[in-house]
Amino acid sequence: MKVSYKWLKKYLDLNLPAKDLAEKIERTAVEVDSVTVAEDGLKKLVVGHILSMTKHPESDHLHICQVDVGEDEPLQIVCGAPNVAADQKVIVALPNSRIGGNVKIKRSKMRGVESQGMICALDEIGFSKDVVPKEWADGIYVFDDDVPVGEPIYKYLGMDDPIIDLDVTPNRGDMLSILGTVHDLAAIYDQKPTIKKPVVDEDNSLDANQVIQATADEKLAKTYKLRVVEGVKVAPSPSWLQIVLWNAGIRPINNVVDVTNYILLKYGQPLHSFDKDKINGNIQVRMAAKGEKLTTLDEDKHELTTDDIVIADNDKPIALAGVMGGFNTQIDESTTNVVIESAIFDSFRIRKAAQRHNLHTEASQRFERGINPDGVQDAVDEAVSMIKELAGGKIAKGTVTATEYHPELPTIFTTAERTNHVLGTSFTTEEIKNIFDRLGFSSEAHEDGLNVTIPARRWDIFRDADLNEEVARIYGYDNLPATLPTGRQSIGILTPTQKLQRASRTALEGLGLTQAISYSLTTAEKAKMFMMRKSFETKLLWPMTQDHSVLRMNMLSGLLDDVAYNHAHKVNDVALYESGRVFYKDSAEQIRPEEVEHMAGVITGNFTSPLWNNHVQPIDFFQLKGIVNQFLLNLGVKGDIEYTATDQYPEMHPGRTANISIHGHYIGFLGQIHPRIAKKFKIKETYGFDLNMQELIDLPKDDDQYKPISKYPSIKRDISLVVDQDVTNDQIMQVMNKRGGAFLNNVRLFDVYEGENVSDGKKSMAYSLTYVDPRETLKDEVVNKAFEKIKKRLTADLNAEIR
Amino acid sequence: MSLRDQLTEIKEKGLADIEQTNDLKKLNDIRVHLLGKKGPITAALRGIKDLTPEERPEVGSYANKIRDAITVAVADQRQKLEDAALDAKLASEKIDVTMPGKPVAQGQPHVIQQIIDQIVDLFLGMGYEVLSGPEVEEDKYNFEMMNLPKNHPARDMQDTFYISKEILMRTQTSPMQARALEKHDFSKGPLKMISPGIVYRRDTDDPTHSHQFHQVEGLFIDEHVTMADLKGTLITMAQNIFGNKFDIRLRPSYFPFTEPSVEVDVTCFNCMGKGCDVCKHTGWIEVLGAGMVHPNVLDMAGVDSKKYGGFAFGVGPDRFAMLKYGVDDIRDFYLDDVRFLNQFSKRGN
Ligand SMILES: [Zn+2]
Repeated sequence: MKVSYKWLKKYLDLNLPAKDLAEKIERTAVEVDSVTVAEDGLKKLVVGHILSMTKHPESDHLHICQVDVGEDEPLQIVCGAPNVAADQKVIVALPNSRIGGNVKIKRSKMRGVESQGMICALDEIGFSKDVVPKEWADGIYVFDDDVPVGEPIYKYLGMDDPIIDLDVTPNRGDMLSILGTVHDLAAIYDQKPTIKKPVVDEDNSLDANQVIQATADEKLAKTYKLRVVEGVKVAPSPSWLQIVLWNAGIRPINNVVDVTNYILLKYGQPLHSFDKDKINGNIQVRMAAKGEKLTTLDEDKHELTTDDIVIADNDKPIALAGVMGGFNTQIDESTTNVVIESAIFDSFRIRKAAQRHNLHTEASQRFERGINPDGVQDAVDEAVSMIKELAGGKIAKGTVTATEYHPELPTIFTTAERTNHVLGTSFTTEEIKNIFDRLGFSSEAHEDGLNVTIPARRWDIFRDADLNEEVARIYGYDNLPATLPTGRQSIGILTPTQKLQRASRTALEGLGLTQAISYSLTTAEKAKMFMMRKSFETKLLWPMTQDHSVLRMNMLSGLLDDVAYNHAHKVNDVALYESGRVFYKDSAEQIRPEEVEHMAGVITGNFTSPLWNNHVQPIDFFQLKGIVNQFLLNLGVKGDIEYTATDQYPEMHPGRTANISIHGHYIGFLGQIHPRIAKKFKIKETYGFDLNMQELIDLPKDDDQYKPISKYPSIKRDISLVVDQDVTNDQIMQVMNKRGGAFLNNVRLFDVYEGENVSDGKKSMAYSLTYVDPRETLKDEVVNKAFEKIKKRLTADLNAEIR
Repeated sequence: MSLRDQLTEIKEKGLADIEQTNDLKKLNDIRVHLLGKKGPITAALRGIKDLTPEERPEVGSYANKIRDAITVAVADQRQKLEDAALDAKLASEKIDVTMPGKPVAQGQPHVIQQIIDQIVDLFLGMGYEVLSGPEVEEDKYNFEMMNLPKNHPARDMQDTFYISKEILMRTQTSPMQARALEKHDFSKGPLKMISPGIVYRRDTDDPTHSHQFHQVEGLFIDEHVTMADLKGTLITMAQNIFGNKFDIRLRPSYFPFTEPSVEVDVTCFNCMGKGCDVCKHTGWIEVLGAGMVHPNVLDMAGVDSKKYGGFAFGVGPDRFAMLKYGVDDIRDFYLDDVRFLNQFSKRGN
């Protein structure tokens, strides 16, 4: 709502800069979007009088004007506007002036003729085209005759008036009007403004109820009133009214429509004016019938639905109620008899209609947020009086009332003690009463507190919590003390799960991966990649884009999007992890998915950047496996970590992927992203893992126990064996761990070799075995015996050749 | 020449030889020669039998002194030679210490995670517990129990991704208020919780909007918790996250689930309150919404609003991060450009 500071000053004694007033409003009532003064930035614009005009010899549309600007000599200005004429009073941009868009005007020559400035149209001095009256839309603006020549133009166009643009929250519909704003400012500044009730000069020879009848469904329109003015002469409004409207962002139309918009601004009560002679019969407020159509004032055609409220005459809709009037009954130059509607329409239905027809108007905005039921009659009364004053005619006696609603005013009991209890203040009852007085809420002492009666214009207040807010904001939040809560104590501590999640992030960061946060909503295709279990997809009903339409059922695809983004920006080395949720559904019928915590990561390119003196090995499966394995060890999940080759994931390399399980529980996988998928994502060779973090959280953890380190020396033995290609490290390790004897403490693979000296289909693998006895010094004979046993088993079980 | 003079001569020559030697092997040869069984001292001492029994111990003792002196001289010279050799070796080992160190892989927490952790740690210190809740939420918790019935206009302020008529992507972390209120046993103590998480809005992604972002919800309910307590708590948070010089101001606002409702501004980062383009010349920047929990919210969750009350607030870590670091495009947080992410590597702040 664009509020004119000058208009406010008609009711209130305000002697402070508009910026300060805006700040006060912001701190006490509603947010302020901006404070603007239209003349700011403009320079040397004055009223000029065109003394004479001749055609430009070199042009068929330019004219040469001699313009009196209040100086000794008139200025010669070349003007191309189609409506320029001698004897007009016009906006003159003097030489070295500045007009809209920060454009400087200098003396110039136009086709050989000197021009000492410019005659301006409204949009050239900063007016939005949306508010320029049609009359002046295609040419220069012409002032009324009584405007003094040579004076700066600003006050004659309302450009000196600071406009405070309020961003009104949904609960403060009352602030969408000058009077509502005045009431609130009166409370803030403790003033008592005089707001006059309109007096209507009715013509007793004409009875409104004889002219037209109206019926309305109370559910659609709690209040529905019409007044009639006959014999008007439609013309442009006087400039003061046009100024008020364009400063509020509304285009002036004519002296009837402009009055309704003026009343909308003043009372917050949207009105609509119909051409009485275009209405066939009587008026009815009803739901639209299926198939009905309406062309609104903006000349858009609308297919009405059975959820739309319409104003209809005997045979057709004539307005989309509360949103916009119909083209078929609009006021035009030939209109003489008008019907003015003042009503309260159902806010929910208006909101839906505005959304449905994408038609958000000044009227619909106000009906959505509520209307002051006590202002409906005043608004229409003042409107008809103004129309009579500006457009002539006679006001029919009486108001046609189809429905009427006057709510019972709520009385709320509150006490200073209760208010202080909530706000942390120490008001007395008297102090609170004083704030209610300022707000214009009447209050009476009752028991140990007050019974407060809320006027109809504040329909947002109906319980004591609402009154607390009024007290707090009028008192001022800046004056509120700042304390920390006292009272019962509590312990703030992370749960074991939260600790584990935090530790897991730190662990991965220590292992070189940076935390990423990708989107949970992705494409249908990416959502179902890398599936760790069977699941149905969870789809949005109305996604904004297909790119974010389905909830992910894996974490890796989002990270691959990240890798692709990095690659596209020439970043080749990427090492990321993400902690987040995936969304599973066990059946198509299930609506709400199960949310499972996952932990995933990717690496591609070089894991660390190459150093000056050596070549870094590009990442491979084992680099990632090292990271994942260390991560799992850090979590301390009880039991052995097992890796088994798998080709079950279509998006993973079938020969370079392993399932991971701990103590027999499947927790995820790691491996190389399938080159076909990598190509699809436009990424280079990439390795990734996806783990069910929830499972890792739930699995039992190692006991907090310490194992003493043996004080006795260990003995090492190396073994080199040649085995078939398809014998795995895991098979060899199993034999060694199972048959290694009581003192085998550690086995480490230290060499793998294929090629020369090893026959085809075979490979050589070398292990280092460490033996320790925690109780005494090991004897060589004991180790030799154990070592021989291992050799024997390896030969027997795996057909290994010991070297 | 007396035996004593002989010994003195051996000593002086020996010491001179030792001092002149600059080779460890030669030095050892000299030592073996002088002190050995075939050396001059042993030879000279053969003449001891010609001395009187009274003179013998004195000369014997003198010979031992000479042996000691030579041993010490050899050790000193060896040390000297070794030091010189080490110095030469060190001189040859000089490196360019300005060349870069070997790269070590080190990951970083996401900048939004860092902000969330800061908030969480602060409130843990004040005795709050941390709760997390579902991202796919029921309409009932996301809206209805937050005092936003089906036809409420404020629902339009939050464009929602629906999964079905009743199931949606949560638009705020506020449903955690209702969930926490439902579960809490007030006989055990106050309800003090914060709940960080991801929320979703049906928005087109642009520099200031993201269809996915983060919130941290805060809630404190007990028998006597005031709006002044809310103000004090928010000042503590602002100063903890942004610095001691930052102040806050409360402005009236509207949220259906709080009454009174306030927007909270913090001193403008750019101008520290003087006024600049960033803060539209107000000196303040809006950072969060808060208020006293609406009695309807308490009652709907089965908490007696006549007995219990308190405050709630909702923080946007994305916005905090944008303000704190001057990030001007919210989408940067979700593109995961490693050059962007790795900038936020300052620890311990
Ligand atoms: Zn600033």
